[in-house]
Amino acid sequence: MSEESGKQPTQPTAKRKTADASAFEWYKQFTPFEWCKPFLSDLAERGVETAKEDDKALPPARLMTIEPDHWGTYAEVACRHQLRWVAAWGEDANERLLISTCFEKQGDYLVVRTSADAAHPHLPSQAPFYPAADRVERHIHDMLGVRFEGHPDNRRWTRHQAWPKERFPLRKDFLVEGSPAVVTPADKEYPFLTAKGTGVYEIPVGPVHAGIIEPGHFRFLAVGETVLNLEERLGYVHKGIEKIAEGRTPEALARLAGRVSGDTTVGHSWAACQAMEHAAGIEIPPRAAVIRAILAERERIANHMGDMGAICNDVGFTFAQIQFTRLRELWLRDNMALFGHRLLMDQIIPGGVKTDLPEASVEWIERSIHWLKKEMGELVTVIDVNSSLEDRLFTTGVLTPETAGALGVVGYLGRSSGQSFDLRRDAAYPPYDALDVKVPVEPQGDVASRFWVRYKEIRVACRLITALLDKLAPGDLTCEWTTPTAGAEGLGLIEGWRGEILCYVRFGDDNRISRYYPRDPSILNWPALEKIILENIVPDFPVCNKSLNGSYSGHDL
Amino acid sequence: MAWLIALLQTLLFIALAPLLAGWLKCCKCRLQNRRAPSLLQPYRDLRKLSHKQPVVARQASWIFTITPYIVFSATVLAASVVPLIAVDLPTAAIADVIVMVGFFALARFFQALAGMDIGTAFGGMGSSREMTIASLAEPAMLMAIFTLAMSASTTNLSVAIDHVLAGGFVLRPSYVFALLGLMLVAIAETGRIPVDNPATHLELTMIHEAMILEYSGRHLALIEWASQIKLMLYGVLIANIFFPWGIAETYSLEALGSGLLAITGKLALLAVLLALSETLLAKMRLFRVQEFLGFAYLLSLLGMLSHIILEVID
Repeated sequence: MSEESGKQPTQPTAKRKTADASAFEWYKQFTPFEWCKPFLSDLAERGVETAKEDDKALPPARLMTIEPDHWGTYAEVACRHQLRWVAAWGEDANERLLISTCFEKQGDYLVVRTSADAAHPHLPSQAPFYPAADRVERHIHDMLGVRFEGHPDNRRWTRHQAWPKERFPLRKDFLVEGSPAVVTPADKEYPFLTAKGTGVYEIPVGPVHAGIIEPGHFRFLAVGETVLNLEERLGYVHKGIEKIAEGRTPEALARLAGRVSGDTTVGHSWAACQAMEHAAGIEIPPRAAVIRAILAERERIANHMGDMGAICNDVGFTFAQIQFTRLRELWLRDNMALFGHRLLMDQIIPGGVKTDLPEASVEWIERSIHWLKKEMGELVTVIDVNSSLEDRLFTTGVLTPETAGALGVVGYLGRSSGQSFDLRRDAAYPPYDALDVKVPVEPQGDVASRFWVRYKEIRVACRLITALLDKLAPGDLTCEWTTPTAGAEGLGLIEGWRGEILCYVRFGDDNRISRYYPRDPSILNWPALEKIILENIVPDFPVCNKSLNGSYSGHDL
Repeated sequence: MAWLIALLQTLLFIALAPLLAGWLKCCKCRLQNRRAPSLLQPYRDLRKLSHKQPVVARQASWIFTITPYIVFSATVLAASVVPLIAVDLPTAAIADVIVMVGFFALARFFQALAGMDIGTAFGGMGSSREMTIASLAEPAMLMAIFTLAMSASTTNLSVAIDHVLAGGFVLRPSYVFALLGLMLVAIAETGRIPVDNPATHLELTMIHEAMILEYSGRHLALIEWASQIKLMLYGVLIANIFFPWGIAETYSLEALGSGLLAITGKLALLAVLLALSETLLAKMRLFRVQEFLGFAYLLSLLGMLSHIILEVID
């Protein structure tokens, strides 16, 4: 690898601090859940009684149950112990509502669960300690009717004003078809933050944008060109994914998961399949795991190329965008030829993968990796020496490592702000557990960091594909599906191209899904945009937004 | 006869402006490794737009509807002042270069008003940015023109061109500075990269386009056409003031023909230069524009100073 980087005319990121090479070893020095002991004793000191479930209850995470009154205290102690808040979801279990929160530390996942009375569900909020819990708790309230006490912001989030009051879509008594009114009134009564004073004005942007992008509303408060505050309003692509997943077969759920966010079809369907396989207690054949990883890395490369081009285009450097678009297009055509789908949809199925990689395909992929490295090397040199581009990208839209850590952002957004976390390395699942995954990290946190982290991740992904092809041993593509027992649950944890994807699945009777919750990385990353844009100027918003590139669909569900 | 040629020249100006825009687009596409649309595409777009019914916002006042006509006529009037293929035309005699700048200011004034008229956030934002840039671009442009006026002792474009022609090809530092200054101003005034991006769809980054976001149909056609004329006008100014050779000095068919050929070649070359710079540069941050135009002003001022110091003999 060092020989190949030596071929490049200039080292594109030579000016910037390089990745923390010792991070890999740093993570390995801990025994799993070692941190749990002081954490549990601290909890006991605060009077929080925890009942530990069987370790096999929800692999790879450890499951705990606590009393509802301790919900907030638990988060407070977790925050003090620097656990990262990962996800929260709720489900209707007849008289009780089960609420779960997932935390992570040093690559170990901990799910804590409580139950609330379905008639008057209320819980202390975790949002005062974890900003990431803010919107997720509002979502749980809108979908299940759980009231979170002490929540800093009690406005609705996913709920449309046309929904009937006291009707909650994720309750079992709510029909999948819903009961739509003939004409849904416009949703225009959302109380945005306002500001008074001379020279302060509001700029409403969206939800319909000029480009072909997803809908979302951004409300700016600006003085002159400087942004005072940005407020996001999402939810325009709410498709009821969580509800329509109920009653599906595993195959149908994998298809649905592939459509949670079109650009992350591999990531989400892998996460859903992994969760279902954990619930069913089956292990997929090694060949299938390797092909899944190749699919995931191909998706990562395609999306990163698209993003890098789009970042350049948003500062008016069209040349780079056209070139990245060309590379991405050729890459997608390879996908079409190799797997029969440009975006690799429906390739991952419960128990394995759909398409095999014959010898010819392996050679094809090797050739295309070689070609891509060469093309990227040339293109990146052009970009690196362009000072007008550098002027736009450097120091624009800074997300400091402190803010990134407090918000718990993941993926390239976290890694470009000093958050060295990658599931493929820190909580490795097959086939990554047998590979050495390098995780590029940049501490600056500006748009340029997010641009170059993507480039480095493409290089890592190329290397991984080559390593994965070496590991491709003959074998089955799928394994036999075992029907899980009713109530069996599973957790899927996948490093998608945007970052960590968490997926929770619970089976009901008869091999049917009773609860599906995919947590796209965008749910954690979107709030960071409101911080990134502060003290920047209004015309720099598009490039800041593009450098973050959250999924609207993945967030709204 | 002279009036007829003057009229024809203005018509030619209006008719050829979309072709220049098409050529520029063609050059840019080639430089970006893309297949270019036909050279005639801007004409087709204008035809399509003029056949469409304009949609006008409910709260728009008469300013909004009248602005496209004012912008278009002011730009055409400005174009009539500029010698395109021939000098010493009567239109050039009735108005000088300061009037031309005035026409632009009139068009911009109404454009900015119309941007604010419909009350959208983008319109107001665009107007505010446009006026910021204009307030910096106009002094730089006037300074460049005064440099020329001082050496030719006139503000009349036609006479100034005559003066340059009579002087023959001499490398004057003042002209070089003024030319560079004027080129920078032209980029800012016509909303090209790196100051503004005419091809963007991102409302928040727009300057000129933000003001005209609400326009449609023939209103939009007129405004688009006016911007194309303005782009060509700046090209002609640069080409004919600093490199006037080839322009017709008599009204013979031969001279006019070669004048047309000469200006076509010069404009085509300028468009290639513009396309090159637009491909190589990213758009600059909004608050860098003042440095950019400050630099343009400095160049023009240097032109003036070097004229006074080096070229005034007595």
